[in-house]
Amino acid sequence: MHDLLKGVMLLSASAEVIAGIFIFVGTIISLISAIGLVRLPDVYTRSHAGSKSSTLGVLSVLVGTLLYFVISEGYFSIRLILGIVFVFLTAPVAAHVICRAAYRSNVPLTETSAEDQLKDYFEQQSKEVNE
Amino acid sequence: MFDTLMILSLTILTVAILLNLFRLVRGPSNADRVQALDAIGINLISGIAIFSVFLHTHAFFELILLIGILSFIGTIAFARFIERGYAIERKR
Repeated sequence: MHDLLKGVMLLSASAEVIAGIFIFVGTIISLISAIGLVRLPDVYTRSHAGSKSSTLGVLSVLVGTLLYFVISEGYFSIRLILGIVFVFLTAPVAAHVICRAAYRSNVPLTETSAEDQLKDYFEQQSKEVNE
Repeated sequence: MFDTLMILSLTILTVAILLNLFRLVRGPSNADRVQALDAIGINLISGIAIFSVFLHTHAFFELILLIGILSFIGTIAFARFIERGYAIERKR
């Protein structure tokens, strides 16, 4: 009985350590992503900070939550798995759609960007439409 | 110790959301604002997950899914509105 109690406490402690590491790393990544979102010069460069690292941060936090409940209570939440898959699928799609909308509504690139390959394509397309 | 770590994580996440809010208010174009709103939604999801670990409850897991779906649909609708001038097209 005593051993069982000690085992349960040990399990809970290990759940706290693993979940704590995952969640803390995820929040740090979210903070880095927010700093990037403030300091980068452009919509298109800011999209890197806003989509990629932010998705990694929230995935790390959700995996930590899932592992915490699996190890400490033995509760495997299918809703949390669904949330992880949904965030992993939709966050890059949303970033892509925002960038496309920004380019088509003529948001300017920053001055330090080297070249704009899409510009020639759009000019050619509008010329064909005019002909 | 663990509760302190969770509160520290929530504090860091609050700082991140405040930085995103700065971009939401300041942003030069509308696309910046939509991007910041999307990032705030994603950070809110991780805040709810940390809060449910902090309270030892499974009650908020539906909320994670719900905020994810609503944030995605809102972002798509705003992007369509920026791109074309309307969000829902009518056939007529």
